[in-house]
Amino acid sequence: MSIRYKIVWFTIANARLFYLKARRAHTSQPAGAGVSCAVSMKLTVDEVDMLRGKQGKAKQKAMEFLLRYGEALGAEQFADTNNVTLCICPEMESLRRITPALDMDEYISKDSLFSDETLVIDKLKAFTTSNATYRDYAYPELQKGGKDACDAAYIGEKYCQRIGIVTLNSCVPYQCGNIPTKGEHCAWTESSAIAYCNSIIGAKTNIEGSHSAFASAITGKTPLAGLHLDENRKGTIIVQVDIEMDDVLNWGLLGYYAGLQAGLEIPVYTNIKNIPDLFMLMSLGAAGMSSGTIALFHIPGITPEAATLDMATGNGKNISVISYGREERKKTHEIFNRSAKDDVDVVVLGCPHYSLERIAAVAGLLEGKKVHESVELYITVGRMQKAIADRAGYSGIIKNAGGVLLEDSCGTHLDIDPSKSTASDSAKMLHYLPRMTGVHDTFLGTLKECVTAAIMGKWTGRAL
Amino acid sequence: MKKIVLKGRKVFGGTAEGYALVTKDALGGMGVFDVSTGMVTESGNDWEGKVVTGKVLVYKTGKGSSSWAGWYKALSSMGTGPVAHVITKNNSQTALGVVLSRVPAVTELDQDPTEVISTGDWIKVDGDNGIVEVTKNQP
Repeated sequence: MSIRYKIVWFTIANARLFYLKARRAHTSQPAGAGVSCAVSMKLTVDEVDMLRGKQGKAKQKAMEFLLRYGEALGAEQFADTNNVTLCICPEMESLRRITPALDMDEYISKDSLFSDETLVIDKLKAFTTSNATYRDYAYPELQKGGKDACDAAYIGEKYCQRIGIVTLNSCVPYQCGNIPTKGEHCAWTESSAIAYCNSIIGAKTNIEGSHSAFASAITGKTPLAGLHLDENRKGTIIVQVDIEMDDVLNWGLLGYYAGLQAGLEIPVYTNIKNIPDLFMLMSLGAAGMSSGTIALFHIPGITPEAATLDMATGNGKNISVISYGREERKKTHEIFNRSAKDDVDVVVLGCPHYSLERIAAVAGLLEGKKVHESVELYITVGRMQKAIADRAGYSGIIKNAGGVLLEDSCGTHLDIDPSKSTASDSAKMLHYLPRMTGVHDTFLGTLKECVTAAIMGKWTGRAL
Repeated sequence: MKKIVLKGRKVFGGTAEGYALVTKDALGGMGVFDVSTGMVTESGNDWEGKVVTGKVLVYKTGKGSSSWAGWYKALSSMGTGPVAHVITKNNSQTALGVVLSRVPAVTELDQDPTEVISTGDWIKVDGDNGIVEVTKNQP
């Protein structure tokens, strides 16, 4: 591949910028079709230096990739970012295939930097934290892939730490010390965290994947497109909520319904009379990014870019309105409650990773009780919450009752027998669990209903 | 054979052709495919039981897990992926997905492709010029 740069200097408000036109010629595609394409983005001096390899080959490769990605997004320039969250958790099979010596430098070079030459990254440009790794090393037998998968995750974690990624291993980084500020440009993976980052914090991130977030971590750049631009952040559909929103379950169901209905639109949830708490908002965002693609939503009077309805919509006119009432809630609830029997075999909690409040609530319900002998109870949390739960005594209570508190892991990666009926308090978890494990009989309820099911082995949750 | 030409914007360059798989829904990544066969396994998906291998995927936008692009990269690596994407509204998931899987893709067309194209139509995608040529399948 050859690259030719045409650089034109000019000055804007005391800042010197390069306008760079890079023209690349691809010579082949997997399908054999000949391809040529032109890349055209405005670049700063720093970005050109990286592209020219003046800051090392890894940054050069990462910038080349970001240019292709930026062009695909229709971006004209990059934004600086100093806030990345990503996931580096290789599967052992692909790790061995790419690097029989299990050399993460070689793996990352080939998989993420598109370089046959092994590149060693010594320092990232952006503050970067890690998403859940899907494995708790203490319980290899409970998770898909067993010890092999845990070993691969551990190799990935050690690599992250070596290059300076803060290994939160959490899908809720905003509860663990990675808390962006309003308006900050971020490059985040993890769909539920992305919805929270945009909607509740008012920071700006597109839905990044591991490859783009990693390139952003190396370069401190992300394409200035999509939700990084204010004009793309206005609400474009109103979801009028006609029921009480008094528990977490209701918020998850609302998000799931809106995700199914909103299509390409940005919802504004109106007529909500309850002040939501942390986990309610987490559940709303997580569900809306499971059934749909709601990476940003507004709630007038609650979320930071929506002091009023007019502000949320940018004074938009003729905005369509959909209603969410009892009937819509009932139909959404029925998507997940589809078991013909009432036996519960597995209870999975902690999606997104549980907050301390939720962990404490589970411990409170389990204190002095035992999980039914035929039931498996799993609760997934980040390692920071696990450490605090250990010292606060919650972990001991849960363990004594027969539950398993897994750190860094995810319910979708549990080795669950697909014939078992499974209950959860998370619409997101029950969206993905059938798709990832093959389970069919599911129950969605409140935290209390789920813990009760774990104790009784029966579903007694209310119909909505 | 009736032909329709749609014009839009390049997401990723290259040319490819194949039969269309069309949904008026957004398209997910995680939990949608058996990557080793290219078969859509997601219950309730418009394409459930169909194979995406060699097809031109026509859909509204990307949705679901942020691992979206990784699943399309995996399909491409396994040789079970689609040959092109025609996307009503490109987002960061679809942009990254086509860049990683290196297949031509077009978006922001002059008509909504999910309304104009039907499953089974023959589609030529010219990514570089943002052109999608549709040969309607005769009923």
